[in-house]
Amino acid sequence: MTVSRRKFLNLLTVGSTACLALLTPITSWAAWASDAFNATKVDDAFNNLLGSASTTESDEVKLKVPKIAENGGAVPVSVKTSMKDVESISIFVKDNPQPLTASFTIPAGTVADISTRIRLAQTSTVTAVIKAGGKLYSKSQEVKVTIGGCGG
Amino acid sequence: MKVKAKVKNNITTVRVLAKHPMETGRRVNKETGEKIPAKYIQELTCEHDGNVVFVAQFGTSVSQNPYLAFSFEGGKKGDALQLRWNDNTGDVEKKEAKIK
Repeated sequence: MTVSRRKFLNLLTVGSTACLALLTPITSWAAWASDAFNATKVDDAFNNLLGSASTTESDEVKLKVPKIAENGGAVPVSVKTSMKDVESISIFVKDNPQPLTASFTIPAGTVADISTRIRLAQTSTVTAVIKAGGKLYSKSQEVKVTIGGCGG
Repeated sequence: MKVKAKVKNNITTVRVLAKHPMETGRRVNKETGEKIPAKYIQELTCEHDGNVVFVAQFGTSVSQNPYLAFSFEGGKKGDALQLRWNDNTGDVEKKEAKIK
């Protein structure tokens, strides 16, 4: 059987459309902030996630993270606040290859108090950002790491 | 995924331990010299009574076997929570937990 050039091209188009159709659901059902997570600069990560890189330092943002971490692979972090109308809590590690570590959506009725464990590639400033009432509030602390956490 | 949920004074506290390697994509297999492909949880959600009460988005710098604690108002003893995570390779794990 001979396939004409035109037919062959048609087949290619059909094939690639089918592939696209198969791929789209995987990328579209997650509202994962890929641009912000893939950003390698802190400011880019801020802008992509929160729309701005300027935050107000506030003691209302309670960031609990150890000053010295023996193992950068699992550093416990807690962020909480008594502020009202909290929309989200995000954690940034300034000197990680990708600074944005995690972002949490806080719907109404959910308490603005979260804990998790993060990786630090090296000694770095950890920043917690809380979006409340459309404004950004932050609190930073330096964490000294004696062993890196990104398998370097 | 292990989930523990307890209610006290109308506040339900949920603790989650997801079993996941959280590969960053930057680690190198020492024997073959090849990069280990990235595999990490991107999103974890928790639903209670048809409402989403918590959404966590993760990047690669969340620790292996991610731990997460959060709390919300209005859960009752015996209520079911639906938790679900999906990773960058399309893997999904779902888990239902009862509030104690």
